[in-house]
Amino acid sequence: MALSGMRGLSVFISEIRNCQNKEQERLRVDKELGNIRTRFKNEKGLSPYEKKKYVWKMLYIFMLGYDVDFGHMEAVSLISAPKYPEKQVGYLVTSCLLNENHDFLRLAINTVRNDIIGRNETFQCLALTLVGNIGGREFAESLAPDVQKLLISSSCRPLVKKKAALCLLRLVRKNPDVVNVDGWSDRMAQLLDERNVGVLTSSMSLFVSLVSNNHEAYWSCLPKCVKVLERLARNLDVPQEYTYYGIPSPWLQVKTMRALQYFPTIEDPNTRRALFEVLQRVLMGTDVVKNVNKNNASHAVLFEALALVMHLDAEKEMMSQCVALLGKFIAVREPNIRYLGLENMTRMLMVTDVQDIIKRHQAQIITSLKDPDISIRRRALDLLYAMCDTSNAKDIVEELLQYLGTAEFAMREELALKAAILAEKFAPDLSWYVDVILQLIDKAGDFVSDDIWFRVVQFVTNNEDLQPYAALKAREYLDKPAIHETMMKVSAYLLGEYSHLLARRPGCSPKEIFGIIHEKLPTVSTPTISILLSTYAKILMHSQPADPELQNQIWAIFSKYETSIDAEIQQRAVEYFALSKKGAALMDILAEMPKFPERESSLIKKAEDTEADTAELSAIKSRAQQQASNALVVTGQQPANEPPQVTQLGMVKIPSINNLENNHVDQEVTQTNGTMGEVEPQNADILGDLLSPLAIEGPPGVSGTETLSEDGALALAPVGEQENAIKPVVDIAEKFHDLCVKDSGVLYEDPYVQIGIKAEWRGHQGRLVLFLGNKTTSSLDAVNAVILPPSHLKLELSSVPEIIPPRSQVQCPLDVVNLRPSRDVAVLDFSYKFGTNLVDNKLRIPAVLNKFFQPVTLSAEEFFPQWRSLAAPPLKLQEVVRGVRPMPLGEMANLLNSLRLIVSPGLDPNANNLVASTTFYSESTRSMLCLVRIETDPADRTQLRMTVASGDPTLTFELKEFIKEQLISIPTASTPPVPQQPQPTIQPISSSDPGALLAGLL
Amino acid sequence: MGIRFILMVNKQGQTRLAQYYEYLTLEERRTLEGEIVRKCLARNEQQCSFVEHRTYKIVYRRYASLFFLVGVDNEENELAILEFIHLLVETMDRHFGNVCELDIMFHLEKAHFMLEEMFNKAL
Repeated sequence: MALSGMRGLSVFISEIRNCQNKEQERLRVDKELGNIRTRFKNEKGLSPYEKKKYVWKMLYIFMLGYDVDFGHMEAVSLISAPKYPEKQVGYLVTSCLLNENHDFLRLAINTVRNDIIGRNETFQCLALTLVGNIGGREFAESLAPDVQKLLISSSCRPLVKKKAALCLLRLVRKNPDVVNVDGWSDRMAQLLDERNVGVLTSSMSLFVSLVSNNHEAYWSCLPKCVKVLERLARNLDVPQEYTYYGIPSPWLQVKTMRALQYFPTIEDPNTRRALFEVLQRVLMGTDVVKNVNKNNASHAVLFEALALVMHLDAEKEMMSQCVALLGKFIAVREPNIRYLGLENMTRMLMVTDVQDIIKRHQAQIITSLKDPDISIRRRALDLLYAMCDTSNAKDIVEELLQYLGTAEFAMREELALKAAILAEKFAPDLSWYVDVILQLIDKAGDFVSDDIWFRVVQFVTNNEDLQPYAALKAREYLDKPAIHETMMKVSAYLLGEYSHLLARRPGCSPKEIFGIIHEKLPTVSTPTISILLSTYAKILMHSQPADPELQNQIWAIFSKYETSIDAEIQQRAVEYFALSKKGAALMDILAEMPKFPERESSLIKKAEDTEADTAELSAIKSRAQQQASNALVVTGQQPANEPPQVTQLGMVKIPSINNLENNHVDQEVTQTNGTMGEVEPQNADILGDLLSPLAIEGPPGVSGTETLSEDGALALAPVGEQENAIKPVVDIAEKFHDLCVKDSGVLYEDPYVQIGIKAEWRGHQGRLVLFLGNKTTSSLDAVNAVILPPSHLKLELSSVPEIIPPRSQVQCPLDVVNLRPSRDVAVLDFSYKFGTNLVDNKLRIPAVLNKFFQPVTLSAEEFFPQWRSLAAPPLKLQEVVRGVRPMPLGEMANLLNSLRLIVSPGLDPNANNLVASTTFYSESTRSMLCLVRIETDPADRTQLRMTVASGDPTLTFELKEFIKEQLISIPTASTPPVPQQPQPTIQPISSSDPGALLAGLL
Repeated sequence: MGIRFILMVNKQGQTRLAQYYEYLTLEERRTLEGEIVRKCLARNEQQCSFVEHRTYKIVYRRYASLFFLVGVDNEENELAILEFIHLLVETMDRHFGNVCELDIMFHLEKAHFMLEEMFNKAL
């Protein structure tokens, strides 16, 4: 046959095989692709043999995972070759390389049709296989009648019939609306009478597909199926070549039983009796044997029989027999059988009421939850989830919780969700439920969505008996040295509402409660801080008349947060402060939260969502998704978290003013979403609204922001990690970072091209020169460079030549004008063609904020008056920055200096602090003095407090964020996409931030 | 019910034969193959032959240095697929005489041909 004679192909395959690494393989493949391309270009000289050889090579290369975007025509043209070897290659390669929408296929339809209706059987088979494999609409429209004719023709040999049945099956499956199968029930019945087991098997496959679409039409075929089963399983009436390890065609048996499962019942008593006789024989007569293959085959039949029995809802006797069998299976050593045992038990629970019998196997199933094989553990988890009810919920949930401690990442989320749902659905008493959820948060806080703790709050609020217990539990968890943020939220809420119920216990006085909560405040995120503020207000209210010391402490906190950059926190602080001055009247205003109206658990709905796409998604992705679905569940309107993600993506590539508007809208959506979803309409009085910590979820776009920053990173990946065939030889991100502090250097380099940059800056203007260098000895074609400017920069790139001659360099000047302060980055979309490869890179241009700085050194006499005159936000902003890359003070000073923020040593009396200044230039701000003060904590280098001041609010904000990025981000070579993250992801955060909103307005 | 793809992969994770019965872009194929291979090749003899991945269930079997991986949907009889793999291997054995990776590499057309012919068992 075809390959054997082709030396060139064998040599090529050997060479590929001998390649030491992927790079060599790629080079070899590229060379071959180039070669094939040139050979195809002057096709005239190509013999059929050569053509065949090259097409095989193409298939081989395609199989290795390389893109083969040419030569399709040649492959398709081989279909019409007169000889088998060429034709076979043509058909095979076409069916692998092309998809149903490919234009070239249209060209082939006629040839294919001629082969199908022709007289050469092998050609018929080839053509039918192609049509089956591709199964496109056009094929279905023009060829289905021919295929149907072949299938029922009496003169057609089994060989072709088999193929015709399979071909039709695929066409029906893919285009059920195109292929006309009206009136096929008689023909199908006829086909099921077929003696030839090969044809019968193919026909049965077709039948399964037809029945699954519409069983009504095929009642007449039902007895035929039972006949087939009798013939195989009872009479063993099968030719030798169709028995497999002594079993009469197990595949046909399986398929026949599968077909029968598409009929709702079997009415005719005789047929029913006959079928059950066969099934009984299978259930009883399948023994475990030594030979693996025989064992597998017989169990394949057995499992299908079990499924059929379950479906037909047989007499109870047979059902319990099935459960007994499954119970045996889940305890065997053979992992495949154990897996299937668990899987089928779960299925069984769904169709019939056998809960009680299955419960007997609970211990065994729990053992499987600890199996070393994740596939089996998953099945066990599903089964436990399905079999759980009030009687065994305690045991099962406790097992799940225990397992949660050791479970792998891939399963944790599913596990946590399932445990939470079971606890809610089947809790024997509510205190147990609270216990479970708190444990869940404690053990797997990252995987406990907000829904889960909202639910606890609802239960506790609605059940007075539960309140002291829940508060006590929350108090206990706070004693732990490190607790999860979610735990912090739920305990703070519960203690705020109910800690007064504990007042007489040791360690639970308002002061102590406040102390232990406030201790944690520096470690929590912004949304949690707002909850803590509410808690403080509540504590204050419950301890009326207040202990003056406590009151002063809390007031101090409120007044501190009155200047918070976060609008939500600020508002709370201001209002609580004002309210708490009202003394006893506070009691009426801050009364306990009213009961929540009963509502359906959003968890359960969510479980259905998550089940659809099992735990296989990466954690980030599924979390993002989960949040989207939260919104859906809670509000019943469009997932408000979704749109920002989209605009987010757009923003990175083509920053424009529109985005700002979009973000306003998005934010509004999130806001309404939050308020609508979380605060019950019944609580509509304004204070209820404000005080409900649950309202936090929505307003400042908090949850949205979380999703954004995570997903933003994801969405961004393409910018850093382009899937070009040509990989850069330098780390683009690292080069970019270098160029942010230098004015000349290499921006990008790959085996063919180098891009260098040289820049001069003067005030708010700059002139960059891009050096595009061709490193190869052939010219680069289709060179294209487009600048995607952010809205704050005016960029003008002089024209870039389309071709770069070999070994030469072209210079392209780029003029930059800075309109206003912003951290957005301009992107250069640079593409060129080398050989067959189109290389496209999106490169960030180092025209960043600090390029528009002019160093300035100030004396103490100049600095302090300025510093004092810029007294308050928005001109002066302060923030505690955490997660700072730890570095000695000297290094930090160098970093600032390299950004042209000149550190003035000795200005600050405290040696742990740095003071720096610079002048910023833009068209809107003109020259503007910027002052920075960084206070570090020698005990904890990962956090610092930063104060930034300038005469322009936007500038202050942008500069603060900019410095923060520099301090937090890790611009190292090892993880290229990471450094990409800060710049663009900051944008959405900032735009939901008051500072940025302000910036937008300006 | 149905098979979505068939892969033959060696111990190093290199694809030796791939046949898809639904359209995936090259990029999707590459990722899918990478993910599946990483998952399946890491498993040992004591673990079962089924792996759930995205919406697929992978039924796989190892023969010396060669892995046969079949991606099916949830409506498929796993053991029947497992034995289909064996039947395919037996057929290849019959033809090549103890089939090995090289046979499939250098006789891709025969391997494809056999796959097509055997396929009616599994579909």
